[in-house]
Amino acid sequence: MIECQLKIKQGSFTLDVDFCTPANGVTVVFGSSGCGKTTLLRALAGLEKSDDGFLKVGDSIWQDGKNFVPPHMRSVGYVFQEASLFNHLNVRGNLEYGARRATEAGKDFMGRALDLLDISQLLERTTEQLSGGERQRVAIARALAVNPDILLMDEPLSALDLKRKKEILPYLDSLHDELDIPLIYVTHSPDEASRLGDHLVLLEEGSVVASGAIDEMLTSFDLPISHGGDATSLIEAKVVGHDDRFNLMYLDFSGGQFTVTDRELPLESKVRLRVSARDVSLTQDLQTDTSILNIFSAIVDEIVPEGQSKVMVRLKIKDVTMLSCITRKSAELLELNPGKQVYAQIKSVALLS
Amino acid sequence: MINEFDITALFITLKLAGVSTLILLLLGTPLAWWLSQTRWKLKTILEAIIALPLVLPPTVLGFYLLITLGPNGPVGGMLESFGGASIAFTFTGLVVGSVIYSMPFVVQPLQNAFSGIGRRPMEVAATLRASPLDRFFSVAVPLARSGFITAAVLGFAHTVGEFGVVLMIGGNIPGETQVLSITIYDHVEALEYGQAHWLAGGLLLLSFLMLMVVYIFNRRFSLMQSSNQ
Repeated sequence: MIECQLKIKQGSFTLDVDFCTPANGVTVVFGSSGCGKTTLLRALAGLEKSDDGFLKVGDSIWQDGKNFVPPHMRSVGYVFQEASLFNHLNVRGNLEYGARRATEAGKDFMGRALDLLDISQLLERTTEQLSGGERQRVAIARALAVNPDILLMDEPLSALDLKRKKEILPYLDSLHDELDIPLIYVTHSPDEASRLGDHLVLLEEGSVVASGAIDEMLTSFDLPISHGGDATSLIEAKVVGHDDRFNLMYLDFSGGQFTVTDRELPLESKVRLRVSARDVSLTQDLQTDTSILNIFSAIVDEIVPEGQSKVMVRLKIKDVTMLSCITRKSAELLELNPGKQVYAQIKSVALLS
Repeated sequence: MINEFDITALFITLKLAGVSTLILLLLGTPLAWWLSQTRWKLKTILEAIIALPLVLPPTVLGFYLLITLGPNGPVGGMLESFGGASIAFTFTGLVVGSVIYSMPFVVQPLQNAFSGIGRRPMEVAATLRASPLDRFFSVAVPLARSGFITAAVLGFAHTVGEFGVVLMIGGNIPGETQVLSITIYDHVEALEYGQAHWLAGGLLLLSFLMLMVVYIFNRRFSLMQSSNQ
């Protein structure tokens, strides 16, 4: 468990947070720019000093009242927004800088970091000989090579263009899947949050608005992220079969089975699906003469207005929650009410990892 | 052509410049680092004091040093009361004068170099387990390399070239405090133009070579750069 109670004043801005998040998986700290995300992350690393507070990561206490553990005594890996490599050292020198100083790091962690980020072939290059994406990969590997108890990442993709982002994202996915340490990931991108996050900490003007499991948070109507064009639901599923004739694959989730385009993933591999609320339409009766393959029986849980002409409907497909954004007129014609049984037709799903 | 006094003066000059540069780097490095990091409001006063030798006539500085370090001055008197001797008109006195006189030429390039690094590399080093002293030597010093070269060369060259301060505090004692720049002056006074040519030409060449070193290692270097890049 990571327990965090910190208060930091910077001019007119005050960061005042109090939250807990599990010491495993990816915790996304999400919020608009200027809400204090970076300050929070820096405070976790000890780069910003909180005069009072409590911070515990796993078994280590990093702050208890006035007792403040300085950054170099904390077992963190920190990835800054810009790669911030040491220009006086080559790639190998950058990686070894931390690995040599961290008592807990062994040679194998270096090797693992090299493999995870796929940078073995870059070791002898100078930092000027790296592309933007490669620089950020080296920075992530450098943070991992110290074998930290926690990895902190501050919008590692925001300084990169779309092409570079796509280059890095698969590596972040593999961090998510293979690291057994908690990762705190700061971002303002709903896309990155839903792709990588297991837990979510919502930050607004220096305070934590809400925190919890990401799938619940995304579909909770009292939070702003469950409204507007970005509203999505997440579904964890696993590959159960391939259809070679139509080039499709079947994914089981606790509410049923999805049919999606084949990505040639091995059987039993876990995938995360993202369904945009705009891509979910509702019908009273089960449609058979339709091109849509993914249709599930669902129960209406809650309906809230979404602007003048739309409503946002939260559905339960067994224990899975899904959002659907439809017009107010359709909701009235279907006589939607909490508890009513409907069919959710899902036009498209995005495979996240 | 060149007599033994010239050779001695050359050695005294090089020794003075070498010792002064070493002391300047030892004192100037922590001072410049502190100036580059502090948010202390009165830091500009300290910066102005360090920069004073840039604008002060050397004889003025030399005069005050003589008053302070002489047997009747506060520092000289204190030294004598502890059983020591006044350091006016000694090599030590020359070193003290040179260190004060050349201080801005060492502190300013170092301060510029340290400021140019920014906070980020030091923060990265901190998250990679480097203690404050460790990250100073493993990150700040190597990243400020060109600043150190500039500081060392300028400190050395400026000490070699000084005249007024050395004359006031050193007293031009041959074999003890007579340096090259004063020797040249003496030769000209005595109309020994041949010897003056040799020594002046040598200094010109030396100064040129040292500046070349600075420019080779630091392509963006400018003598006129301000302390806030």
